[in-house]
Amino acid sequence: MLNDDIAAISTPPGEGGIAIVRLSGQNVAEKISAIFKPYNPGKRIETRDSHTLTLGWLLDDEGDIIDEVLVSIMKAPHSYTGENVIEINCHGGNIVAQRCLEAILALDIRLAEAGEFTRRAFLNGRLDISQAEAVIEVIRAKSEKSLKLAIKQLTGHNSQYMTAIEEQLLKVNAHIQASIDFPDEVGDVDINEVSSILAGTEEIIEQMLEESKRTDIYRQGISVAIIGKPNVGKSSLLNALLRKNRAIVTNIPGTTRDTIEEHITIGGIPVKLIDTAGIRITEDMVEQLGVKKSEEVISEADLVIWVLDFAAGITEEDMEIYNKIAGKKRIVLVNKEDLELNISEAELNKLFTGERIIKASVKEDSGIKNLEKQIAEIILSGQVKQDDLKIMLNMRQKSALKKAKKHIHEAQHIMHTAPLDCLAIDLELALESIGELTGKNIKEEVLNRIFHDFCIGK
Amino acid sequence: MIYEAGSYDVVVIGAGHAGCEAALAASRMGCRTLLVTLSMENIALMPCNPSVGGPAKAQLIREIDALGGEMGVNIDKANIQIRIINTGKGPAVQALRAQADKYEYHKEMIKTLLNQRNLDLLMAEVEEIITAEDTVRSIITKTGAKYNCKTVVVTSGTYLKGRIIIGDIAFSGGPGNQFPAEKLSDSLKDMGLKLGRFKTGTPPRIDKKSVNFDAMEEQPGDDRQLRFSYISPLPDRKQLSCWLTHSTPETHQIVMDNLDRAPMFTGVIKGQGPRYCPSFEDKVVRFSHKDSHQLFVEPEGRATDEMYVQGLNTSLPEDVQIKVLKSIPGLEDVRIIRTGYAIEYDYVFPSQLKLSLETKNISGLFTAGQINGTSGYEEAAAQGLMAGINAALKVHGRDSFILKRSEAYIGVMIDDLVTKELDEPYRLLTSRAEYRLLLRQDNADLRLTEKGRSLGLVNDFRWQIFQEKKKTLSELISKLHQATFTPADEVIREFLNSKRSAPLKDRISLWELLRRPEIKIQDFYYLGLITVNDPDILEQVEIQAKYEGYIKKQKEQVERFEKMENKSLPADFDFSEVYGLSNEARQKLDKFKPISIGQALRVSGINPADINVLLIFLETKRRK
Ligand SMILES: Cc1cc2nc3c(=O)[nH]c(=O)nc-3n(C[C@H](O)[C@H](O)[C@H](O)COP(=O)(O)OP(=O)(O)OC[C@H]3O[C@@H](n4cnc5c(N)ncnc54)[C@H](O)[C@@H]3O)c2cc1C
Ligand SMILES: Nc1nc2c(ncn2[C@@H]2O[C@H](COP(=O)(O)OP(=O)(O)O)[C@@H](O)[C@H]2O)c(=O)[nH]1
Ligand SMILES: [Mg+2]
Repeated sequence: MLNDDIAAISTPPGEGGIAIVRLSGQNVAEKISAIFKPYNPGKRIETRDSHTLTLGWLLDDEGDIIDEVLVSIMKAPHSYTGENVIEINCHGGNIVAQRCLEAILALDIRLAEAGEFTRRAFLNGRLDISQAEAVIEVIRAKSEKSLKLAIKQLTGHNSQYMTAIEEQLLKVNAHIQASIDFPDEVGDVDINEVSSILAGTEEIIEQMLEESKRTDIYRQGISVAIIGKPNVGKSSLLNALLRKNRAIVTNIPGTTRDTIEEHITIGGIPVKLIDTAGIRITEDMVEQLGVKKSEEVISEADLVIWVLDFAAGITEEDMEIYNKIAGKKRIVLVNKEDLELNISEAELNKLFTGERIIKASVKEDSGIKNLEKQIAEIILSGQVKQDDLKIMLNMRQKSALKKAKKHIHEAQHIMHTAPLDCLAIDLELALESIGELTGKNIKEEVLNRIFHDFCIGK
Repeated sequence: MIYEAGSYDVVVIGAGHAGCEAALAASRMGCRTLLVTLSMENIALMPCNPSVGGPAKAQLIREIDALGGEMGVNIDKANIQIRIINTGKGPAVQALRAQADKYEYHKEMIKTLLNQRNLDLLMAEVEEIITAEDTVRSIITKTGAKYNCKTVVVTSGTYLKGRIIIGDIAFSGGPGNQFPAEKLSDSLKDMGLKLGRFKTGTPPRIDKKSVNFDAMEEQPGDDRQLRFSYISPLPDRKQLSCWLTHSTPETHQIVMDNLDRAPMFTGVIKGQGPRYCPSFEDKVVRFSHKDSHQLFVEPEGRATDEMYVQGLNTSLPEDVQIKVLKSIPGLEDVRIIRTGYAIEYDYVFPSQLKLSLETKNISGLFTAGQINGTSGYEEAAAQGLMAGINAALKVHGRDSFILKRSEAYIGVMIDDLVTKELDEPYRLLTSRAEYRLLLRQDNADLRLTEKGRSLGLVNDFRWQIFQEKKKTLSELISKLHQATFTPADEVIREFLNSKRSAPLKDRISLWELLRRPEIKIQDFYYLGLITVNDPDILEQVEIQAKYEGYIKKQKEQVERFEKMENKSLPADFDFSEVYGLSNEARQKLDKFKPISIGQALRVSGINPADINVLLIFLETKRRK
């Protein structure tokens, strides 16, 4: 706890396009190297000088790319905390940052306690003594907030499952401990029974993790990209969805060169809206950059809204874009139905058979409701229905459950060759991980179970 | 009339298991020591189960022994049976357990005490401890003797305001109808110590001649020559058996029919008893679905016919006890010699102690054993030893001797005592220790003998045995690493084949071979690959090899743990001064006064945010 390796997202949630995951501790560079693949293979992060930037991919535990990231390294003592610090800039914003953090926490790196970076900074002399009280305020405020959150998160289905897991582990553990400490009174442990209980527990954890993946969208949200050739009304649509003016609305093609991101909720799900530059084949270098960017956005988006212009009709340019979004979840939004139509409905249906087509006029506010409805439907189709939602796990819970699962797995692995005392070590570690979530004092709980379940005494 | 009777460096009040160790340690460390007991008959008395050792407790005895304490040596002299239990459950938890000869144990201990230089024995009741400026000055006995002293170790066991309860009858008394000590608790209270009240109980003792052993199952001792202390000679006496029987539905009916006369249920007993040691009536009520409980009938010694009925601890009225016993197979014609009883007594909240077992508010006053809310002979002895050592160190003006949780079960126990709120008598269990695989009974000597030596408690004889053992061990280990074999090696190939062990693929050392579960180190001796045949040494090496992975894992845990332990808090630390601590945390910390960040984290109700705040405060102070 004093100076082990820790990590957390250090940008506030829901703001801006770039999110930073910060790591601090002795071995963070070596550890992150396992999942960070620099573009230049010679630039392994642990070999880089202090205060350098390295571009590359961050991979998940299956080796798939999570995001293109920019990694900075600041070596002790010249860093914020005074320890070795790594900062990972995720392009994908907070949503992707969460996935990165998850991958990092699988590396024997712990989720930082509330205010822990600041505390370390202070203890390592990186902050002035006059700031001590402020640091304490940060710790108190953050820990209270996270405490409240933790308690809130431990209600409902989550806590039911968690209790079930804890119960099973306590039961097995109590039996093993009791048979060790009170061999006269307590019968031998039936290893096969232990094995099947553990298998059951492991399965519940597995299920929880699996199910939480499906509900992650409720926590993390999804990203929706608005694309289409210039002037079809993308920025206007974004604005309509936001009901506020953020993007510059203009009728000169190509003004929105970079992307604009906004966060809204649709059907209770956090949605990140990305307005892209108009995709167009162009000689203009600056614009080309923007175009390249929108292609990236398409590939990272969970859902694409492709905007067409009734008045302009369907052009070759449109069809090229259509090719780019092949294989994506998408909605075809045909805008400007208030104007004179250049394509008929029948034509549309023939061109885009099987597509979700919405006719709309952003200007006159028609079709927007329908769009929102369809977005929600798509997000949830193939996902769980809302009333089915059982498990939603935050980072801390996921990482604790994964740890528990690992220890249970190890326990099962050695069960038939190693004696009880070794088995007990793994099980205790598993229980401790669960205890981090339920807040129980595991040792006391095991003792309580021993005396509750077994008749012990002289 | 109070008269000046003499002066000592250390006065130990109480000659139970705690007091004997305390007095021996202090006098062996060169302090003039007085050991006071209410009666010569209760010196090192076992008022309950005539058995020592078992899980966690055997480790304690080995640790006491390695530090030059007496319990291991004494039980080796005075047992009727000794065996290893938990053998199949792993090296960390297998444990020696001996049935003690209660009388021999007591007599052998008296001999040792009387032969000890610097140690005087006195039979008297201490009524008062005199202090000045919050420092111990002297003690006063009932008969007016005043002994001046620099330190006092109180090890008064279950005697303080002892109250015996048998059914509807209750009277003042110590265990086994000894006198209680009525005054000493008041003196402790006057010094500002807070006391609580606990309860424990014991089964009836029966006459061997009235028992029909044919109806019971025999539990013989182990044939191997086993001992707790490596300095004891190998035992050569015949072992006595114990006997197994069980209660019947009729027994349980008798209990149920008489609950209205059971003090446990009528409210006569108020002190909290231990959950791990419930009375028989408690077991019948709480586990009503069981229609039978195991009972062990155990001899109390070679020269007595008294037998102990393990499992039948009770405070039911005497007539009910007789009926209960007679409903048990083999006890149909039984005669009781001593009636079972419960006893209530005062204890000192151990949160008032430092890790040295010195009280926080009175300098020179130490407490150890059951007075600290623990239960068990071994727990008492271990605390007594530590208190005796620390009293002596105090006299010599040296730093206290503290064992960490990662070093010894003794460390686990004392740390638990001073950082926990006890709500029942404390018993050591293997599950209380985090680093069990490192704290084994087989390596207690390796862990602690050197420390004992530097304290002056390990004599030359023990030291020499230890040095030889260490040398043999390290030679054997390097031999096992050096001796390697290839798949072509005939002897090994045949050997592996005979053990149904997979043939070799590459060159392999004996050490690596030993990791295979089916390979035993003894085999190497039979094959002539090694020359050592001392079972203790072979066992030790085998454990190190077979569990190397796990041992390594635990060592890493210890490293992390020690970082927190080494971050110390000043002794006079004022927690109310710390800005940003929650009120609850402040109160808790103020009460337990942890000496390190690690210990603070173990105080219940303290969370990581509190620890962070503490760390910042410490750093601010350091920089100012
Ligand atoms: C009825 C009963 C049942 C028990 N059951 C269990 C059990 O089931 N399991 C278990 O583990 N343990 C049990 N114990 C506890 C075990 O016996 C004790 O933990 C252990 O003996 C305590 O050792 P001690 O040295 O602290 O005190 P004791 O062995 O009690 O010795 C106390 C000593 O203090 C002396 N003394 C006390 N007051 C004074 C005074 N004022 N002046 C001079 N001398 C004084 C006495 O003479 C005595 O020598 C039981 C004890 C009793 C009495
Ligand atoms: N008539 C009409 N004009 C629209 C509609 N939606 C957008 N526009 C106009 O189309 C022009 C281009 O809009 P903009 O949102 O900047 O398009 P973008 O280049 O795709 O982002 C602006 O002048 C808008 O006012 C609509 O539904 N009907
Ligand atoms: Mg635009």
